[in-house]
Amino acid sequence: MKIAVCAKQVPDSEVKVEIQDGKIQDQDFTYIVNPYDEFAVEEALKIKEAKGDGEVTVFTIGGERAKEAVRTCLAMGADKAVLINDPLLENTDSNGRALALSKAIGNGGYDLVICGKQAIDLDDAQTGIRLAEKLGFAHAGSINKLEWADDYSGFNAHRDIEGGTEVLSASLPAVIVATKGLNEPRYASLRGIMMAKRKPIEEVDAAGLELSEEDLKPKVSQVSVAKPPERKAGITVTGDADETVPQLMDFLKNEAKII
Amino acid sequence: MSVKILVFAEVRNGEIKKAAFEALGVAGKVAGEAGGSVAAVMIGSGIDGLHGELAGYGGTEVFVSDNPVLKDYSPDGYASIIAQVAGEQGHSIIMVPGTAMGKDLGPRVAAKLEAGMVSDCISLEFADGEVVYERPVFGGKAVGKYKQTGGAHIVAGLRPNVFPVPDKDGSTDIAKTDVQLDIAEDKLLAKVTEILKPESEQLDVTEASIVISGGRGMKEPGNFKIIEELAELLQGAVGASRAAVDADWIPHANQVGQTGKVVTPDLYIACGISGAIQHQAGMRSSKYIIAINKDPDAPIFKLADFGIVGDLFEVLPKIKEQIEGLG
Repeated sequence: MKIAVCAKQVPDSEVKVEIQDGKIQDQDFTYIVNPYDEFAVEEALKIKEAKGDGEVTVFTIGGERAKEAVRTCLAMGADKAVLINDPLLENTDSNGRALALSKAIGNGGYDLVICGKQAIDLDDAQTGIRLAEKLGFAHAGSINKLEWADDYSGFNAHRDIEGGTEVLSASLPAVIVATKGLNEPRYASLRGIMMAKRKPIEEVDAAGLELSEEDLKPKVSQVSVAKPPERKAGITVTGDADETVPQLMDFLKNEAKII
Repeated sequence: MSVKILVFAEVRNGEIKKAAFEALGVAGKVAGEAGGSVAAVMIGSGIDGLHGELAGYGGTEVFVSDNPVLKDYSPDGYASIIAQVAGEQGHSIIMVPGTAMGKDLGPRVAAKLEAGMVSDCISLEFADGEVVYERPVFGGKAVGKYKQTGGAHIVAGLRPNVFPVPDKDGSTDIAKTDVQLDIAEDKLLAKVTEILKPESEQLDVTEASIVISGGRGMKEPGNFKIIEELAELLQGAVGASRAAVDADWIPHANQVGQTGKVVTPDLYIACGISGAIQHQAGMRSSKYIIAINKDPDAPIFKLADFGIVGDLFEVLPKIKEQIEGLG
């Protein structure tokens, strides 16, 4: 089975966000593989191992810097990678990103695509599902458990819903959108890191995917970004529960008017 | 500018979700400011008659696809109904509540319509002839404003519990139009085949107006009992930090934060949670935040409206006692 995994490079979740002139400043960020995409890589590797054959290709949209994230995925055990690198993709939206990925993946004979639920920078949570529609594939979103048919022709996928779990059934070809709980991503071994250096990273630009500037024009655009409003300074009390709890009750009754 | 808005009115277990009414409220507000109309679309099986419950909330028309094939959720089946209605009727804005189903459906609808989508909106304003969509990015560390810059439609995902449910007006009339699924059952790509319920019915953290969460300070899984009892008393939901989930004290479905759920309750009580930036991503827009922690330097106190520095095993039973005392 040929498996495509989509992985994005994102700023670490610990980074401090500084905003100037309505834009996020990014010079001091440390970058990581998007945590949800690590679940996707891990799941692809697990399927390949369980099935005993297959090939895992990582698809990443980004510039030169994103190669670090691609190498991390290869070091985990992916076989090869495709970096979609074009300035036109910097300002596009999830529609443009899904379109570019669908062009890169579409003719490769992939039966299964695995993506992370959302990238932790823009938190759009759209690309994997849009990609499924563009490829004409089924999708299973926010999946935390997968059960395969014996011949891997289809699966039952579990996803959390309000107050329960939904089991979604689909046949391949499909896009599976991974969330926490699906697996525990492995760390790259030293051997994996050494081997990753020799694995191929193919680079392709928009023209190579037969995409024009018009195709990638964003349908929604960010016009500004700001810090969220500061929370009003609160009260902190210390002492015996016999003293502090009545003060809390008073706050809940008279300030918050909740009880 | 005149807008035609289509709201996805999600039905689960024969009931319209509260988030659908929240969506009707904000749709009515935008249509009022920009000029325009609001319609709803409802999908399921045996839902005939439910559309009447949407009357009085600002919508004038409901598109209903009542079909046994669509009894349970099918991502491509549901998306094709919504895209079909929006396409044929020329709805410029499609609003999808940020429920588990809505979050899954929105991007598929947007892709079908070749439309842009703004996920997880916390504010929609009409200004200078355009609708401005506001949403958190970077786990809530920043808030971005977005506009439509292409396509005939736009999809807006709405964060639950943010937009108020409007007061019902006196009107009881709402037009109904039936919509047929134009895909054969065996051509549906994916379909829900089973719904698993936990042994005890639990309120979901995303839907509760009170959430009480426990973290590392709970020390062991059995201690969550006190949070469960308090939650039951307050008709709230039980949440948890990543530390408590990773220690296997409580299921991931209860996790609040960056790799868990984002909640916006009226009251959030953080018990023994230090308040790492990843946890804040899931709860910082709660209306009121209460923190109980032994460590006076815990970052959670910077967010809290009311903080108690103290032992949660003394504080929580006392709170329970006092609330029970209220009768």
